[in-house]
Amino acid sequence: MAWYRIRALVVKEFLALLRNKASRMVLIGPPLIQLVVFGYAATFNLHHVPIAVYNEDRGGASRQLIARFQGSRYFSLVGMLTSGRRIANIISDKEALMVLRIGPHFSRDLELHRTARIEVLVDGRNSNTGLLALNDVDTVVQSFNAHWAATHGWQTAPAVPVMRAWFNPDLRSRWFIIPGIVGLLTLVVAMLVSGLSVAREREAGTFDQLLVTPLGPWEILLGKALPGFLIGGLEATLIIVVAISWFRVPFMGSVLALYLGLALFLLAAIGVGLAISSASATQQQGLLGVFLFLVPAVILSGFATPIANMPPLVQYLTYLNPLRYFLIILRGVFLQGDGVAILWTQYLPLIGIGLATMTLAMQLFRRRLT
Amino acid sequence: MATPTPLLALEGVHKSFRTQGARVDAITDVGFTVNAGAITGLLGPDGAGKTTLMRLCAGLLLPDEGRVMVLGFDSRGASAHIQQSVGYMPQRFGLYEDLTVQENLDLYADLHGLARAARHARYGELLRLTGLGPFGRRLARDLSGGMKQKLGLACTLVHPPRLLLLDEPTVGVDPISRRELWSIVGGLVARGDTGILISTAYLDEAERCAHVLLVHKGRLLAQGPPEGFRSSMAGRGFFATAQDLSGRAVEAIVARDPAILDTVVQRDGVRVVMRAGAAPPALSGITFTPVAPRFEDAFVERLRDAASPSPVAATQAAPSPAPARLPAPKVMIEAHELRRTFGAFEAVRGISFQVERGRIFGLLGANGAGKTTTFRMLCGLLPPSSGTLAIAGVDVRAAPAAARARIGYMSQKFSLYGDLSVAQNLAFFASTYGLTGAQRARRLHWAADTFGLGPFWDTNAADLALGFKQHLALSCALIHEPKVLFLDEPTSGVDPLARREFWRRINALAWDGVTIMVTTHFMEEAEYCDELVLMSLGRILAAGTPAQIRASARTADNPDPSMDDAFVALIEMHEAPTRQAS
Amino acid sequence: MNAQRLRGLIRKEALQIVRDPSSIAIAFVMPLVLLLLFGYGVSLDARHVPIALVAERPSAQTSGFFSGFWRSPYFKAYGYPDMRDARRALMRRDVDAIVWLRSDFTRQVLRGASAPIGVIVDGVNANNARIIEGYVQGVWASWLAAQARERGQPLTLPVDIRSRVWFNPALRSHDYLVPGLIALIMTLIGALLTALVVAREWERGTMESLMASPATIPEILVGKVVPYFFLGMGGMILTVVMAITVFSVPFVGSLWLLFAAAALFLLTTLGMGLLISTIARNQFVAGMIAVVTTYLPAFILSGFIFDIHSMPWPIRLLTHTIAARYFVAILQTLFLAGNVWPVIGGNMAALGLIALLFLGLVARISRKRLD
Repeated sequence: MAWYRIRALVVKEFLALLRNKASRMVLIGPPLIQLVVFGYAATFNLHHVPIAVYNEDRGGASRQLIARFQGSRYFSLVGMLTSGRRIANIISDKEALMVLRIGPHFSRDLELHRTARIEVLVDGRNSNTGLLALNDVDTVVQSFNAHWAATHGWQTAPAVPVMRAWFNPDLRSRWFIIPGIVGLLTLVVAMLVSGLSVAREREAGTFDQLLVTPLGPWEILLGKALPGFLIGGLEATLIIVVAISWFRVPFMGSVLALYLGLALFLLAAIGVGLAISSASATQQQGLLGVFLFLVPAVILSGFATPIANMPPLVQYLTYLNPLRYFLIILRGVFLQGDGVAILWTQYLPLIGIGLATMTLAMQLFRRRLT
Repeated sequence: MATPTPLLALEGVHKSFRTQGARVDAITDVGFTVNAGAITGLLGPDGAGKTTLMRLCAGLLLPDEGRVMVLGFDSRGASAHIQQSVGYMPQRFGLYEDLTVQENLDLYADLHGLARAARHARYGELLRLTGLGPFGRRLARDLSGGMKQKLGLACTLVHPPRLLLLDEPTVGVDPISRRELWSIVGGLVARGDTGILISTAYLDEAERCAHVLLVHKGRLLAQGPPEGFRSSMAGRGFFATAQDLSGRAVEAIVARDPAILDTVVQRDGVRVVMRAGAAPPALSGITFTPVAPRFEDAFVERLRDAASPSPVAATQAAPSPAPARLPAPKVMIEAHELRRTFGAFEAVRGISFQVERGRIFGLLGANGAGKTTTFRMLCGLLPPSSGTLAIAGVDVRAAPAAARARIGYMSQKFSLYGDLSVAQNLAFFASTYGLTGAQRARRLHWAADTFGLGPFWDTNAADLALGFKQHLALSCALIHEPKVLFLDEPTSGVDPLARREFWRRINALAWDGVTIMVTTHFMEEAEYCDELVLMSLGRILAAGTPAQIRASARTADNPDPSMDDAFVALIEMHEAPTRQAS
Repeated sequence: MNAQRLRGLIRKEALQIVRDPSSIAIAFVMPLVLLLLFGYGVSLDARHVPIALVAERPSAQTSGFFSGFWRSPYFKAYGYPDMRDARRALMRRDVDAIVWLRSDFTRQVLRGASAPIGVIVDGVNANNARIIEGYVQGVWASWLAAQARERGQPLTLPVDIRSRVWFNPALRSHDYLVPGLIALIMTLIGALLTALVVAREWERGTMESLMASPATIPEILVGKVVPYFFLGMGGMILTVVMAITVFSVPFVGSLWLLFAAAALFLLTTLGMGLLISTIARNQFVAGMIAVVTTYLPAFILSGFIFDIHSMPWPIRLLTHTIAARYFVAILQTLFLAGNVWPVIGGNMAALGLIALLFLGLVARISRKRLD
């Protein structure tokens, strides 16, 4: 293996990627747009959930309760209903996600130290939103309860949970999603750079030209892997900087642990990309292959939905997914302040996947030569 | 049915394109007519604007100025009518590769509104004409290059058009298929009501046309019947020979004479064309015999006049004609019983040959003869299934990297990195061969000088004209001064002037001791080779010098066959049983 | 429009779809992969959440409180002797939450003095953390009720919520994810596949042949739209059948309405696909544009997973331009709520408008010219 030959190949790869307007655009534009759009759009924290109130009570207590809903950032009041008949329509027509129904005896019950019931009707079409909204209703009502009990001399519960969330005290889902996006976009960029590189040359006929030079197969593989490595690393750094400075996601852990994880993750991702590229004859096949890998890899990574919620069989499958480990590393370093010592259990599988896919790429690459 | 008006008439046509903000004139003031019952040939070097003209005629482009009248319709406004009745075959005829031959025909029959009842007879006729009958169920992608072109032609002919526009239908097609295509086209005009406009890069094909249009840089340089072109060159063509000297050696001597316009190695001598008014020079030992003029002579003269000084001038003086034949001939390529199978299919069935240093060795064969497979094995792109192969004394299988360091390779696609500049392409290949520092700079300088690439140093390879792409590809292949050079159809699609210049360069390399292995579809190029092998169905059909190959095809009917005749005769004789059976 | 030419074009396209592995991959393999992934792999419903239970001084009261966790299907409880171990477990992600009863818990409960129950949740996955908090509160509430029953005095909280979930009472995430997938799958077929196929015709030069033939632009466009329309509808039917039979998602609306809405949506994506490929005549670029402008928005900005109301207003505005948004609303309504005309009518109108816009734009800018 000769270093000068690999260097020539790496320089060539960079020039080919960066001198072409289309590929320059693909590498720089979409990831940043996606970071911003996803960063803002992909959130499980509800804000301004449209809620309607049907209040049959005339007393002051119900007004206090409604005021609490109005004051909450979770909800925005879209209507005060005057008739129970509108309830069904306002939900099914999607004008409001939920209706809070306060019965006529609400204030009286409270005055008499009796439990007053309210009814909450939720649109379950998006069950996750429905569930989250119900939780938010719970939170609002509990704070109302605590306040009412304290100021009106109610008997207190024998024990009260005091909730604390570690690592993310306000439970902002953006803190969870954005480190995930770092992993996601790094994967996409690394796969695109490496997944199309061999196929592109094969289509243009330059691959034969490469093969008749003294470059050995390992040298070509390395020359193809390094640009993805460098571009993936740079792009990841850019996204990390935006995540910290723009989205204000806290960075608690060690930079070393993060970059060690990034390097190993890139190794694995590029291995997969090169294996796909070596197996495909045209760029289109390469693109499809990358796409067919990316979609399940993202869904089965714990990016949006916890792996623990998946059926056991699928959970085993996620062990093959490099993104799974990298997401743990990212979130661990960002939010939990993890260092290398805690994360080594994540590094090892990445090394394994990287070595396996690189070897596979090598095999496919050799077989395609014949 | 004789039409009073021509089928196609262009008047004062201008067309320009916008590229990167600047307007580039593609066609300037072109006017001509195409009549029924005749073949009109459109000739010119690549980039002359042939394809743009064809598209203008098909109504796919509209002229900026002037008029294109097709069958009485103005293309501006009535292009739909034109496309109803014109048959147009683009350069890469768009066959649907995952459709079968029959399905491709069906599609075009539907598009042209051919009634179901009429189909059976029409298909039968077309399939008989093109010889595609037995392949109806084969996918288009599995056809050879020649068969694809014939299918493309059949598709355009499904509904007999009154005007047929064919854009370079014979590029990349072997001589046999080319002859077949021409005989189909000839048959069409023979009926009298059809007119054909055909563009081609093969100048010998101009002689088959009734009328020739010569375009260059978007202008119509000259037009007329080929005889007119020929007769203008009468008395200027000679055949130069010398005893004990090969054609190539003679060319190296005569090409330097300023009175000589053009030289082409042919058989055992050189065909030369004198400049107007000049007499053959007196050169010792070389005899000049007058020969009949050809269309090509006129083409070369007109283009040399019109062409801006091309890098040709720089290379005229290339080889030193010193009898530099190396004292001890050394075998540089040695193939022994090479075999290659793909599954059950035996593509190459045990071939052996040797090539000595400084020789030009040609590998010929029809499409699908196993030529490409052999070639790929020789340059190490494909391991042989069995047999041995040594390049410059190095066993390719035992030490592939060492063998590869000694060879240069240039493919027919001129495989370059389109997004890299000329300099970056050269620097990259230089580095992969381990050239660094001053040595690399020296070789890059050499490439810039020798191939006239200097002005394009920072141009992206993709934006070069085809001729310069070829230069760049060749200089990349030569950057490390290889001992053996592999050329895979190196002149495909390149115009005759560039082709001549290319071969002059190759000759010079051979003189300097580089061994050259080449494949080509241009039979006149085979004459440049010292030795040839003719492959057919995975075997060597004939081997020897060009003269020997020609002689082996000598018959009573054709006592002095050209290389083209020899190729066709030998292949047909050998493949006749299989061609009929399949 | 000439029927014979149209038939020829459609037949050609159909044959190509059948023979081209990449069409098959996008039209059949991707939908199946997505269905299986979303059907089996993706769930926002947490079950068996690993939780650490720490009682600093175990007693009848503490085990009474913990018994709710041991029994709950939502939790998988692990007892830890002290907080140090439990914290370490949380750091190592062995557990997602800790419930911690201090040493004076028993004394305070017996005194009726509102003993604090320490709950520490791993907040990294905020969504999951909230769900876990909700579950903890559920266990606590039923413990309170049981305590009250034991003492013979009914539990009195000032306000008690009775919630009713409409359309998806069990809040199964499958029931909204799987119908939403239809939009994603139809986007893949309509936009990505169509864009790739047309770009391929340009690359291979077959478009030039078509242009030079008597076929007119409307014929060429319709010839492309019809086969992919049927392919897209096929993908939709496959998904609907799988959703109802394999994943037992209820379908309460009208199938005809579903077909009508799907047809409209498919027209918008086909229009997008054709538009992309007339702008980018290169497969790679067309593929990238299709993924970024149609597939990803259908995923993120359509309300398929993430709630549109909760997005900041510029992005909320952006979602109005995305056809998938309207279709996802129709899908979730038709599957779970039924024929709710106000929802369906408005969204259908929006889809029709977008379809008209894209197809009109394509027809306007497509010409039988090469320049």
